[in-house]
Amino acid sequence: MTATATATATPPSTSPLNSLTPEQIERFGEEMDAIRQRLLADRGEHDAAYIRAVIRAQRGLELGGRALLWAGVFPPAWLAGTAALSLSKILDNMEIGHNVMHGQYDWMNDPQLSGEQFEWDTACPADQWRHSHNYMHHTHTNIVGKDRDIGYGILRMSEEQQWTPYYLGNPLWAALLATFFQYGVALHDLEVERLPSGETDPAEKRELAKGIWEKVRRQTLKDYVLFPALSGPLFAFPMTGNAVANLTRNLWAFTIIFCGHFPEGTHEFSEEETEDETRGQWYHRQVLGSANLSGGPLFHILSGNLSFQIEHHLFPDLPAHRYAEISVEVREACERYGVPYNVGPLHSQFGSVVAKIFRLALPERARPSLPEPARIGSLAKKALLKLKP
Amino acid sequence: MSPKLARPGLRLLNAFAGPHGVDGYLEQLDPLLVTGERRAEVVTVERGTEDSVTLTLRPNRAWQGFRAGQFVQVAVEIDGARHRRCYSPASTEGRRRELEITVKRHPEGLVSNFLADHAEPGMVLGLSPAEGDFQLLRPWPASILLIGGGSGITPLMAILRTLFAEDYDRPVTLLHYAPDPARAIYRAELERLAGQHPGFRLLRSYTRAPGAGELDGHFSPLHLPQSEPCFAEAETFACGPPALLDAVRGTWANGLEQRLHVESFVPPDLAPVGEPGEGTIRFATSGVEVPNSGASLLEQAEDAGVPAAFGCRMGICHTCTRRKLAGTHRNLITGETSSEPDEEIQLCVSAALGDLTLAL
Repeated sequence: MTATATATATPPSTSPLNSLTPEQIERFGEEMDAIRQRLLADRGEHDAAYIRAVIRAQRGLELGGRALLWAGVFPPAWLAGTAALSLSKILDNMEIGHNVMHGQYDWMNDPQLSGEQFEWDTACPADQWRHSHNYMHHTHTNIVGKDRDIGYGILRMSEEQQWTPYYLGNPLWAALLATFFQYGVALHDLEVERLPSGETDPAEKRELAKGIWEKVRRQTLKDYVLFPALSGPLFAFPMTGNAVANLTRNLWAFTIIFCGHFPEGTHEFSEEETEDETRGQWYHRQVLGSANLSGGPLFHILSGNLSFQIEHHLFPDLPAHRYAEISVEVREACERYGVPYNVGPLHSQFGSVVAKIFRLALPERARPSLPEPARIGSLAKKALLKLKP
Repeated sequence: MSPKLARPGLRLLNAFAGPHGVDGYLEQLDPLLVTGERRAEVVTVERGTEDSVTLTLRPNRAWQGFRAGQFVQVAVEIDGARHRRCYSPASTEGRRRELEITVKRHPEGLVSNFLADHAEPGMVLGLSPAEGDFQLLRPWPASILLIGGGSGITPLMAILRTLFAEDYDRPVTLLHYAPDPARAIYRAELERLAGQHPGFRLLRSYTRAPGAGELDGHFSPLHLPQSEPCFAEAETFACGPPALLDAVRGTWANGLEQRLHVESFVPPDLAPVGEPGEGTIRFATSGVEVPNSGASLLEQAEDAGVPAAFGCRMGICHTCTRRKLAGTHRNLITGETSSEPDEEIQLCVSAALGDLTLAL
């Protein structure tokens, strides 16, 4: 696909991609480009001041959190320290790291805020993230077979993914992924599930693995050796605080990210129906494949403004704190064109994600009527037999 | 990474402070405390002439000094974005904690006008290491001729101040060109130096105020000292607008060139802008040059066999973002053009207008 592609893809008539005429889609795309241009013209000092204020808050929370955890033998200090460090990691990863690495602040020409150079406080090396996320996920959003964020190579999150008995563990795998999310993200670009089939180059993956190991080693050293060591014999308090902070960030990031593309009503696409997309079609697909979360200003900041997943996917490199203001125009345009604009509060969006994780654990022929317990049992038995060597 | 970071103490600190490093926290206390970035604080601001401003800066410890005549890139933040421009320090070399630059307004100049209007004590600027072969080398020559026009006086001022700070007592001549006395940068100090140092001959020409100086009109070979010593024997440093330097180069032909050192700055706002299919693309890291075909810079890199990372090829993922060192580019999606030097650009949606240099 190129920026100048003019050929029009012809998806099957049942696809939501066909809900608008090609002319409507192009006009919709032009409106999105106009929103983008308006924001670019207004980008400046206040965006710089905003991201610097968030960084200042994050560094303050981190220093404060680590100082409190140093004295973590006192329960209030441990609790406050763990909470501050959790917030610090959430801000660092979501509102700062994720957004800076999208190049949202490249225009500032500040090496500290350069998308190419930024490194974040999590296990995944920033350069690998830039590939798996900025390119693979954002370009090929929700295209089954291309966007590896659909299930992270571990889960079944779309009917289009072929069911295998392995997916009976869908809820369990999801719980494990959520708990160890930073490592799941770190291993993402390795595409381990594609190694056996020979689709990927093992030498290239070894290089990636080296990078991951380096980053994991440094992160582990910092959180589980260096800072605990400062507390001497009381090392267990900062160590557990750091572990809980990492876990909190993992669960939060998983929750927010899974609400971005998997709630009920978001669509997946096939490679065929998205071939030779125009810019307008690309915009249309981004809206159809994304879902927003409603909430207050603090919630949006802590979600890294991924609560405006639709706006983020339309304009991944615009400063994310501006999504709220442009969401009014985007939503209005979507309503005018009849493009579904999927938004809901966290509990209902995440609830529908969890329901999907459970539902897709089973093959489609078992639906729409829920299978009887006996049938689930026999399916599970069959699956286990298959899994045996 | 600065050599300081190699010290074991700082390495351990950085292991604690990873991934943002010690600087990520020091910066929150005071932007000048950073160890890995050269920065300077504006200490005094003097609007010496109606169209120039002289800033005294106090660089941080990462700054490693300059040689008289060299230039630095100064980064100034305007409406959230850093802009880099080259200025030649005018201060005495060897004083690490002191740096003086004089900025002359260009009518279209974003940075020069910003500094002339808004520079104030406490403002923090970024600095590059000092660059450029235009410098006074030791041992010092037996006689020196300096030719300066407009803001081109600044590196010559550094040379003069450095020489006199170390009691240089051999002949120095300065030909100083300015439109009129009111716009002659460093006029008062030059007069004072001429009064103090018998070996220093100050010859001024005010191109729009004939009769006001020792000489008249634009540079001409007739302005050159023919005796005590002859200009041909002097080590000559010339800095100023292109027309002045062209005239100087024309005079220093026929074997004299090796005695002549010239420095020319054209602010990027005034640099000539070419057409989409004109000029040369330079891939500075790879050392490859190709004629500009007008296609996207990513395609041109690929055609030239220069390895370039890419992703979406539609301006979304920023995988191909690289630093443009010089030149004008057009964003193929927005149609916007920019002549800003040292700017991150997306190669897949950028095309060059005329000459362009990439860090690739």
